[in-house]
Amino acid sequence: MPRLIDTLGNVVDNAWDLLPKDATLDQAKASAAKLVIVACQLWLAEKAALLSTGKTFGVWLDSNETAGEIAGDLSLLPLVALNFPTFMDGRAYSTAALLREHYDYEGEIRAIGDVLRDQLFFMKRCGFTSFNLKDSVKLEDAQKALKDFSTTYASTVEEPVPLFRRRAM
Amino acid sequence: MYRYDQYDQRMQQERITQFRDQTRRFLAGELENSQFLPLRLQNGLYVQRLAPMLRVAIPYGCLSARQLRKLAHIARHYDKGYGHFSTRQNIQFNWPKLPEVPDILAELLEVEMHANQTSGNCIRNTTTDQFAGVSPHEIEDSRPWCEIIRQWSTFHPEFAHLPRKFKIAVCGTEHDQAATQVHDIGLYIVKSFTGDIGFQVLVGGGLGRTPVIGQVIRDFLPWEHLLTYLDAIVRIYNQEGRRDNKYKARIKILVKELGVDVFRAKVEAEWLHSKDGPATLTAEEFKRCKAFFVDPAYETLTDNDATFDAKQRSDIRFHNWNERNVRAHKKPGYRIVTLCLKATGSSPGDLSAEQMEFVADLADRYSFGELRVTHEQNLVLTDVKLADLPALYDALQREHLATPYTGLLNDIVCCPGGDFCSLANAKSIPIAEAIQRRFDDYDVQKKIGDITINISGCMNACGHHHVGNIGILGVDKKGEEFYQVALGGSSDRQTALGKVLGPSFAQEEMPDVIDKVLQVYLARREGNERFIDTYNRIGIEPFQEHVYAKAD
Repeated sequence: MPRLIDTLGNVVDNAWDLLPKDATLDQAKASAAKLVIVACQLWLAEKAALLSTGKTFGVWLDSNETAGEIAGDLSLLPLVALNFPTFMDGRAYSTAALLREHYDYEGEIRAIGDVLRDQLFFMKRCGFTSFNLKDSVKLEDAQKALKDFSTTYASTVEEPVPLFRRRAM
Repeated sequence: MYRYDQYDQRMQQERITQFRDQTRRFLAGELENSQFLPLRLQNGLYVQRLAPMLRVAIPYGCLSARQLRKLAHIARHYDKGYGHFSTRQNIQFNWPKLPEVPDILAELLEVEMHANQTSGNCIRNTTTDQFAGVSPHEIEDSRPWCEIIRQWSTFHPEFAHLPRKFKIAVCGTEHDQAATQVHDIGLYIVKSFTGDIGFQVLVGGGLGRTPVIGQVIRDFLPWEHLLTYLDAIVRIYNQEGRRDNKYKARIKILVKELGVDVFRAKVEAEWLHSKDGPATLTAEEFKRCKAFFVDPAYETLTDNDATFDAKQRSDIRFHNWNERNVRAHKKPGYRIVTLCLKATGSSPGDLSAEQMEFVADLADRYSFGELRVTHEQNLVLTDVKLADLPALYDALQREHLATPYTGLLNDIVCCPGGDFCSLANAKSIPIAEAIQRRFDDYDVQKKIGDITINISGCMNACGHHHVGNIGILGVDKKGEEFYQVALGGSSDRQTALGKVLGPSFAQEEMPDVIDKVLQVYLARREGNERFIDTYNRIGIEPFQEHVYAKAD
């Protein structure tokens, strides 16, 4: 069972059932959990049917899916999960930033997939708020990694005021 | 020069701490090779044919004497006593030991240097004209803008895992010496008719396997929008650039596939979200950065000197050196001096630890302690008094650093090639040397005049062979090394990609081939035409006919 941590590095209970990409509407209905994360395509195809189940849904986007695909539904979604098929695929950093900056999304953005220690700080800066750690990652390492840097030069989701403006304060 | 403040210092320190721990975990087997790879690359560390290679950034080519002494120390203490200046204003050490790399990075921080993002799929070292700030023909000093971009791109959390590497060049002079048009983003500093500073923005240039000249996506970007606009471009690229094939992953392919108009529309739409937002540059920040690049304490001088004149008359070699390696300066009585690191028999761009210390001393004595590194793999002393040129020349002569070949045939740009690099298909240094030996005579070179020869040992084009007047590319044919020759490339404001001459040649044929190409040029040149002008006028056919003519 992968461990889930928040931006402070605290281990948090995971109440969400993450369904794979090929999961069907029936499987979503059959989930024992009240909170279910479905793939983007299932959500788009079966939105009404899913909502009629009375469960709460989140959506996960693969790295080739964009924030724009679910932009109209964000008010219905308390959680969006972004998948890293490999940690080298950096598209989700921009997707997270777009969700926050363009669509003013305030729900949870969860990193799933190849979530390793050495990328956690950057994920946090881009607006991710929870991290589904890979099994190989030591918890105490991950907690340290979230504090690898004390700040960032550029404007980011976490700290929109760039360093050059803070320097001048 | 830019000086670190508490923030720069702390973030660099944190980076070293982070990399030290990553290296420790890798050596302890806690971090898989594939996971360590991009981390070490983004700290400048490659694993090469014979040993690891550490690429240290020399941000936009600016280097102090103190920093050069540190590089000499690193070369001596951690390496085999020398370093290699690359075509991207970096220095490479070919023999560091992996466990010692964090210590090298800590040594670099002592002189405010780093190896951040000198490799990997991220935003690389921003490059510019080596004469920025001292050239008489300057629109605007590019260095403060480069520093602003350096800070923005350093540890940018959104852009650490791009589809591929990403290079930005800034040019503030009339004559482009930064190869601006063959960068992922090229920025020409321009002034509006009201005198306001802005940037002409080009995207999608690049060399490598598919050479492309960048296209303009904005004619005038007011300076305060620089970072938000860069953010928009790189964000579009990060989301839409291809990741299925590393040879099609550069932004140039995306721009080509979408078409520049569609790409521009996407960037502009994205930019609307961040335009005028908190990342908008402030006059205060520009002033802060500009203040690091003020003039040194120049003396008020006339633009002539009797000692210099006497030396000019009495020493023909000094005369030659002055003609090729010394350029006009914006201040009367000062000159810009290039140290051509292309002495025949030495690897282009290589400098020993002793030479580095020697050059650092000269920089202190004659040039306010400042140097530049050029993308032609040479060094520059930016502020030398005319009256000091004779003494400087004599000193350089003693250390074999007075090669008078700047901009001439023997000033060959050359990647490390198959002797060092694991990517190379063929050696490149021996080709450079064979050509240099054939033409190692000042009068011969002077007769040929301005010309660029660029040699790359593989398609990755570190030697920028596509934009050499004569470009040489090492290719592998069934396990044997051959060389393809192209003519007509150039990397200035009239950037052009070379055209392949024909079938490739064996290594030993290369000096003859170059000789034949030059024979055509010398026979057909009109007046003072440079090689590239003659080529542009007569085309490639006369060269093909002569080079491939069957012996009688």
